[in-house]
Amino acid sequence: MTHTETIATPRSGAPLPSQTHLQRLEAESIHIMREVAAECRRPVMLYSIGKDSSVMLHLARKAFFPGNLPFPLLHVDTTWKFREMIAFRDETARRDGLELIVHTNEAGLRDGINPFDHGSALYTEVMKTQALKQALDAHGFDAAFGGARRDEEKSRAKERVVSVRSQHRWDPKRQRPELWRLYNARTTAGETVRIFPLSNWTELDVWLYIHLERIPVVPLYFAKPRPVVRRAGGWIMVDDDRMRLDAGERFELRKVRFRTLGCYPLSAGIESDAETLPALIREMLTIRTSERQGRLIDHDQPSSMEQKKRDGYF
Amino acid sequence: MREGADASAAEVERFVREYSAKPLVRLVICGSVDDGKSTLIGRLLHESKALLDDQRAALEADSRALGTRGGDLDFALVTDGLTAEREQGITIDVAYRHFTTAARAFILADAPGHEQYTRNMVTGASTADLAVVLVDARKGVLTQTRRHTYLLSLLGVRRVVLAVNKMDLVAYSREAFQRIETDYREFCAKLDVADVTCVPIAAVHGDNVVARSAAMPWYSGQAMLACLDAAPTGADLRAQPFRLPVQRIIRPNQDFRGVAGMIAGGAVCVGDEVTVMPSARQSRVAAIFVGDRPVGGASAGQSVTLTLADELDVGRGDVLADPGAPPATADQFQATVVWMQDRPLLPGRTYLMKLGTQTAMATVAPLKYKVNVNTLEHVAARQLDLNEIGVCDLELSRPVVFEPYSVSRELGGFILIDRLTNDTVGAGLLHFALRRSQNVRWQRFDVDKRARAALKGQKPCVVWFTGLSGAGKSTIANLVEMRLHALGCHTYVLDGDNVRHGLNKDLGFTEADRVENIRRVAELSRLLVDAGLIVLVAFISPFRAERRMARELVEPGEFFEVFVDAPLQVAEARDPKGLYKKARAGELKNFTGIDSPYERPEQPELHIDTMTAAPVQAAELILERLRTAGVIPPG
Repeated sequence: MTHTETIATPRSGAPLPSQTHLQRLEAESIHIMREVAAECRRPVMLYSIGKDSSVMLHLARKAFFPGNLPFPLLHVDTTWKFREMIAFRDETARRDGLELIVHTNEAGLRDGINPFDHGSALYTEVMKTQALKQALDAHGFDAAFGGARRDEEKSRAKERVVSVRSQHRWDPKRQRPELWRLYNARTTAGETVRIFPLSNWTELDVWLYIHLERIPVVPLYFAKPRPVVRRAGGWIMVDDDRMRLDAGERFELRKVRFRTLGCYPLSAGIESDAETLPALIREMLTIRTSERQGRLIDHDQPSSMEQKKRDGYF
Repeated sequence: MREGADASAAEVERFVREYSAKPLVRLVICGSVDDGKSTLIGRLLHESKALLDDQRAALEADSRALGTRGGDLDFALVTDGLTAEREQGITIDVAYRHFTTAARAFILADAPGHEQYTRNMVTGASTADLAVVLVDARKGVLTQTRRHTYLLSLLGVRRVVLAVNKMDLVAYSREAFQRIETDYREFCAKLDVADVTCVPIAAVHGDNVVARSAAMPWYSGQAMLACLDAAPTGADLRAQPFRLPVQRIIRPNQDFRGVAGMIAGGAVCVGDEVTVMPSARQSRVAAIFVGDRPVGGASAGQSVTLTLADELDVGRGDVLADPGAPPATADQFQATVVWMQDRPLLPGRTYLMKLGTQTAMATVAPLKYKVNVNTLEHVAARQLDLNEIGVCDLELSRPVVFEPYSVSRELGGFILIDRLTNDTVGAGLLHFALRRSQNVRWQRFDVDKRARAALKGQKPCVVWFTGLSGAGKSTIANLVEMRLHALGCHTYVLDGDNVRHGLNKDLGFTEADRVENIRRVAELSRLLVDAGLIVLVAFISPFRAERRMARELVEPGEFFEVFVDAPLQVAEARDPKGLYKKARAGELKNFTGIDSPYERPEQPELHIDTMTAAPVQAAELILERLRTAGVIPPG
């Protein structure tokens, strides 16, 4: 991206190059982050360790360069994330000198809530949704950046960049109209806002940007032989000895990678040979399924994502 | 193997280069479900391969369960996202979707078409470079087609592709298409729509959507996707004079002070002179960063951080500009306002206005007219309801840097925010500054409020009595004034009924008139405080927003809100003027407590419960409060 460096103003009469769509998306995301940082009392960035979080963090560092981020990062740790994710998280925070808050729902942990015994719906409610509410309340955050995109899922296509939550709940009828580049992140007592700076990015945009900007991501996105079991049409990785096998299930070594990362018992991998970023992009161009299919929690009831959002899931 | 991997990597690099270089175009599609809009969008996503296998599988399942096409793929179901909408079979909000063609990456805003969704249409159009207007070939140009086109021209979307859909249902008739095209072009000639392309399609079958259709050999133009790829996307903002609305100052240490923002117009190079508006001080650009990368120059649409050669006082809300053509500042404007919430826009009420990175308080002057969005007629109006559009003057609490909306969306488009709920309640377009804003200046006089108050030996203030009719406001105000008078204080009582005999005799009791009623009384109170008086105001004043406005007109500590609290049934039983009886009989409209709301004060200086405190005791409580505040000497 060096060709923009030689442009001149119309005052000198020289021609100007146009912005490409990735440059326009980058500029928009930076603008959104700067608006929120200027107008909100105490923002936080929800850092989920995935590729979207990596891009969001990279954009935030650009937005406030050469200063530090004017907000901390928050990771809601269910204790069931892939081990490689936690290692990547800690390495990123150390390398970039970030203020990282890690929160776990201790009550849920005490009650032994887990994805095997309690089902994905209850487990997600307790260890993710409730945990997030606890952390936001405990620190008094009034705005939380998230890496969600509108292309991920139907109910997200109508999500605002600035999404108002009353008592953490999302009411589709109370969302504020967003015109031009004017965002309204003002809150009254009991309200918080979620901010989605990547709203207009697609999955392909995210990967191309990672490629062009050389942004580090968790190695789980790339194919490698991993111990897995076949479950609900996907490959579930056996990341530690807490993994339980159903009758008739057995693990095997398969070359798989993950398109989305979350809790390992709920994130299905796909068989793949894409060991590198170019190979991954090449595979994406031929792949014909959407990334959320790898998330088992989206399929547990009809219109399940919309319901989760109403309850306060990110 | 090695060679194969290299070739494949080279292929990916080529793809990345081509794909990432595609310009981003924002498109708004206007039409209703009846016109086949959802079907067209589903078709566009499907044909441009934006619809993936699992989404297609879900669509197949949905089509069997919910579809209206007898089990065939019902593309309309792709776009109906929320459960409530799917059950009702309508789309109620703007949805954003992506698709990519050979030439461009599109973000499509899908705006519902029904009349009550003007709000959504305007929202979708506000960011659009280009629009598709959909009509049903059997019905032709309808009222809603005109409404959509008017809204597009209002929001400055000047390139339109007219898609004449359902050509299969008019036997692919050339005459039918040409009649609609002629009608539409005639209508557009009256509006500011620069460029119209008309395409006959049948979205259900895909005719002329992606490829030219054999069913319409008489059509010599391009298929719809090719039109979208070829359409010009509007004026180049980079050709305008330089404008940078400042978002924030980045100051990591003493040596670096960066001015951060997105360039709204024009371009800037290192070494350029810039003017900081509104202070009009000048400096030179020392460095430009796009993210963490230093660059020689940058232009409209880029998020940048600039450093200046001189230490100037620059902050959020300022605008850096070309010194040869700086933008103007003003505090009074004529504007078009689109109202976006259930409670009406009331002239006289104060809202927060956000314009670029500036925020100010804006008071709406009486409406000049509202626009009938179907006929474009101007209609007299006292208020604006949800989805209505009107033209009015705005008075701001301070000057702002602006440009007319027709020149700049960034410095001419604004939103209005309710100060109590913080909801975005309206959007507007600035047209021009009012001359009086530049010609009327505040004249200073040497004898001021302090001098006048000192002569009277008192501290002026407003004691604002609010409560239901019959609560006892005037009775208590009368007692308080008698006590103050006896103490040698200079006072004046403004009473709701009395003021309506003179100053406000032109006002009725609608919500809009009530707001204006209070605005005038609040301004009058401010003048009387300026004259050095203790002002007692006894008005029902049912709305929090106006009481807050009255409070903010005087200095902190000068306003005492007294809530004269009587339960409705008690006030109604007292009914000293027989008004409740009339209101219950339907002879009196908009009566507070009966068919018009009373918003209780949340934090009054004094809350008087008239069930336990008699008027004499209430007056004593108020005098005590005024003593504590130092308004009158200790007892």
